[in-house]
Amino acid sequence: MLYREAGDFKTSYAADLQTFPIKLERYLFWAAMAVAFLVVPFFITDYVEKSLLVPLLVWAMIALGLNILTGYCGQVSLGTGGFMAVGAFACYKFMTAFPDLNIIFCILLSGLVTAGVGVLFGLPSLRIKGFYLAVATLAAQFFLVWFFNKFAWFYNYSASGQISAPERTIFGIAVTGPNAAPWATYLTCLTLVFVFAWVAKNLTRGRVGRSWMAMRDMDIAAEIMGVSPFRAKLSAFAVSSFYIGMGGAMFFSIYLGAAEVTEAFNIDKSFTALFIVIIGGLGSILGSFLGAAFIILFPVGLKILMVNQLGWPTDLAAHFQIMIVGGLIIFFLIVEPHGLAQLWRLAKEKLRLWPFPY
Amino acid sequence: MRLKLLVASAAAAVVMSTAPALADLVFPSLSYRTGPYAPNGIPFADGYADYFTLINERDGGIEGQKITLLECETGYNTEKGVECYESTKGQGALLYQPLSTGITYQLIPKATADGIPVHSMGYGRTSAANGKVFPWIFNYPGTYWDAASIIVKHILDEEGGDLNGKKIALVYHNSAYGKEPIRTLEELAAKHGYELSLYPVDHPGQEQKATWLQIRRDQPNYVLMWGWGVMNQVAIQEAANIRYPMDHFIGVWWSASENDVLPAGDGADGYKAIAFHGVGSDFPLFDDIQKYVIDAGKAAGDGSHLGEVLYNRGVYAAMLAVEAARTAMKLHDTTDITPAMMRDGMEALVLDNARMAELGIPDFGPEINVTCSNHGGPGLGAISQWDASSKTWSLVTDFMGADREVVDPLIMEDSAAYAQEAGIEPVACGS
Amino acid sequence: MNPEFLYFIETVLNGLMAGVMYSLVALGFALIFKASGIFNFAQGVMALFAALTLVGLQTGQVPFAHLINAIFGTQIHHFGWELPAIIAIVGTLGVMVAFAYLFEGLVLKHLVNQEPIILFMATIGLAYFLEGFGDLMWGANIKAMDVGIPSGGSFWWEDVTRTWAPEDSGYFGMYIDKLDVVAAIVALVLVSALVAFSQYTKFGRALRAVADDHQAALSVGISLRTIWVVVWSIAGFVALVAGIMWGAKSGVQFSLSLIALKALPVLILGGFTSIPGAIVGGLIIGVGEKLAELYIGPLVGGAIENWFAYVVALVFLLFRPQGLFGERIIERV
Repeated sequence: MLYREAGDFKTSYAADLQTFPIKLERYLFWAAMAVAFLVVPFFITDYVEKSLLVPLLVWAMIALGLNILTGYCGQVSLGTGGFMAVGAFACYKFMTAFPDLNIIFCILLSGLVTAGVGVLFGLPSLRIKGFYLAVATLAAQFFLVWFFNKFAWFYNYSASGQISAPERTIFGIAVTGPNAAPWATYLTCLTLVFVFAWVAKNLTRGRVGRSWMAMRDMDIAAEIMGVSPFRAKLSAFAVSSFYIGMGGAMFFSIYLGAAEVTEAFNIDKSFTALFIVIIGGLGSILGSFLGAAFIILFPVGLKILMVNQLGWPTDLAAHFQIMIVGGLIIFFLIVEPHGLAQLWRLAKEKLRLWPFPY
Repeated sequence: MRLKLLVASAAAAVVMSTAPALADLVFPSLSYRTGPYAPNGIPFADGYADYFTLINERDGGIEGQKITLLECETGYNTEKGVECYESTKGQGALLYQPLSTGITYQLIPKATADGIPVHSMGYGRTSAANGKVFPWIFNYPGTYWDAASIIVKHILDEEGGDLNGKKIALVYHNSAYGKEPIRTLEELAAKHGYELSLYPVDHPGQEQKATWLQIRRDQPNYVLMWGWGVMNQVAIQEAANIRYPMDHFIGVWWSASENDVLPAGDGADGYKAIAFHGVGSDFPLFDDIQKYVIDAGKAAGDGSHLGEVLYNRGVYAAMLAVEAARTAMKLHDTTDITPAMMRDGMEALVLDNARMAELGIPDFGPEINVTCSNHGGPGLGAISQWDASSKTWSLVTDFMGADREVVDPLIMEDSAAYAQEAGIEPVACGS
Repeated sequence: MNPEFLYFIETVLNGLMAGVMYSLVALGFALIFKASGIFNFAQGVMALFAALTLVGLQTGQVPFAHLINAIFGTQIHHFGWELPAIIAIVGTLGVMVAFAYLFEGLVLKHLVNQEPIILFMATIGLAYFLEGFGDLMWGANIKAMDVGIPSGGSFWWEDVTRTWAPEDSGYFGMYIDKLDVVAAIVALVLVSALVAFSQYTKFGRALRAVADDHQAALSVGISLRTIWVVVWSIAGFVALVAGIMWGAKSGVQFSLSLIALKALPVLILGGFTSIPGAIVGGLIIGVGEKLAELYIGPLVGGAIENWFAYVVALVFLLFRPQGLFGERIIERV
């Protein structure tokens, strides 16, 4: 009753095909967006920005990318950290080589560079499947990290191999570097993520997305039906890497401001991304956000609860934190293997009928 | 979903605001008691905390002002470090000791913008020693480049002043930290005529057979090590296995704890490492810590690390922080200091032997005299050696100075490059 | 013989030995994958946990000492006993079996018939959990592993090989680590035992039946759950062996869990489902990466071992997508 479709008539094809077909859902979405864009920037503090919202948005971007590859096209990848590194280093090179280039273009270009690299490392997927592919993508992870660590050109020959993001502005307002205001970085990330989440949503509803899903469900059957595995898989790798590359660029330039490839883009990043996607829900755009919220915000919340509120020793709290996160991951997988997005879907089903049982 | 997120952030904001208001001197401790480097992080964090506790318990604080230590667990992870920084900086943090290369690089621009001093004691960015470009960053009493130079100096002493035709190998953690000494060692190789060979070891470094087979074949006269974590233990074990003469194997100060040599047992006997502070617990100060902190049940850890190299380093770091705070109080004639005053105190810090004796740690470290242009301190270090039978380190040389004519130009060059890239105008230093 | 050639042999030999060390880890993966189709990422952490437990029991550490002290304000750390290695090993085995039993009952049972990636993720969750649990139980300090395994270079072998090169070449003999030799022998015994177990015991036959076809095995009255407990217990045992061997090299500490990453290329090279594959794959990877580090490494600046192993595996996969010994993947629409 709280939530119903009755009376929500579609009178045109456009209305039938819109992203949110149900009226209430549409309102809810726009209300949330309004809050995110118009209210949050006025209340955001340094802490909320740097520890919660910006990492959340950056990881959501990365998760969108991985979700396209793993959730929609069915290719499990553990090379995310390596692709993030490509994005970050490309962004750094663009920022320092062309100081006048707008940061947004730097980020987009980094995405394109990463897309190219992604296609290259996606080639084995034409022959290798499943876990064999997952482990094979680890080759990309280790090789790329080694590569950026090895060749000094990528970090402008600095003594230690660290890269630091110089200050860059949009409309005269700093969005990278130490002087960037919290609302500016937040809004930049939010806008990028909003636009590209919208693109992703529509991409997955269209012809390309369908070819990916056909590939995921049964690649041989899809091939017989005339879906070219070459195009479907490689386009998934390209689009996915584009997102991950942008995520990596944002991760470095806006979120951290400085990075070292062996530390910032190690294998843990690949696992974090995969976690977000699976906990959030494979093949769901919303899931990418829910998963990122769970994996990024939950440990911080736990830490605040245990250390700041309960006053536990920090090491005990850290041990419990990782145990609880691990335990909850298992718990979620048992309760709802299709992720948080599925829980949301079920909740909606329930709300449609509530308070009646049928 | 956005709503949920907002609720979460609102909840977090509420939690943040309920933290107790603090009027004391606040020193955050970004410790790492978990994760792959925990064995090294625990003793340091214990030492750092115990010294502050001692000052509170014995002296009633610094000049009567109590100290509050905010411990935050980073797990040596940069993102968690950022979270720790952001969550503590609002509570009046006076000084950050970031304890990880990644977090230090992270905080250099940020802390500078926020106006909070950072003390990366013997780690982090070496060229931060140039106070004109990095006014808020301090890395006294010594840097990696000093360390490399001092080690070479020690080798020179051992070899009677001539290194022509000698072979020196560097085994290093293949990361920002490990690559630090390469430039210096190359410059020194040009100066002294030794041949430098490089052996990178990738993280984590559990399998170094190929590296040590190469070393065994090439038979370098000396092996230097810039290692971290499990890499140290494995390297020392492998060196012992190939029967490399351990007194020709010299590590940096982060490859020099009990943790690193103990697993190799007797094989590690004679291993050398550079140190910038004293070893052992044979100082009056440690009796006080035992009495006022550990026996009183107020120790940060289980008290078992007292006198270990990294525990001493934590104590030393805390001692320097307290002395700098004292200097700041004298300078500004107030006991209620701000981060900016703290910075002035650090820059005016003078620590001589008489003061160290007064503090109960005679000859524990080199004399320190920080100036506006030199944040790297004296750049002195001593060589310590491990005795496997008594399981103790001991200093086998006096504190020696680095080769300034090699190190200083490198610092100038690197800091100038950073200043240009980040668009920093170096501050004038009066002199 | 020419010293250059002897160096080559030395490298190959040491590569083989390193390969055996990788195989020890990979074995645990292969066992579980074969019996239950689970890609158990927690194998590395299980090795860490087993090694921690072993050392803890041996030195009489009080489990959860830090937690207990923090809650009750006590100061207990040790029971004050030292157990002989063999008793500690048996005790650790008991813990690993209990762990297998609990994991099966609490987790695996509920995840039957899920997609492989979900199961994979569950094991990563398990890895996180065990990581925190192990630290909480035994503390994060580094501990020396001392169960009386010899280590260090072998003098005897050095002396023998020195005579192979001409007197004046200054050759000083070949290096081989005694620990590696022990590891190789242990691995040999372990594999023989595993093969004998699966060929000649009732459980072994049931295990192979389950590996072949779950449903068929169920229909002839084999209890899947019992089999799983047994398999995870065996994997726990293999993890213990790997933990002992790697722990003796580097001390028992958190980084021990990262050996899983060393085992992955071995695994895809050999095929997930094959026990001989784990051994042969390990040997190929070990030799390949050592040779690469020695002969290609200097050309590109070294430290290529890590990714080189994966690239070797990748190249093999391009020709045999199911690994060298993996079961042939047959797909039908």
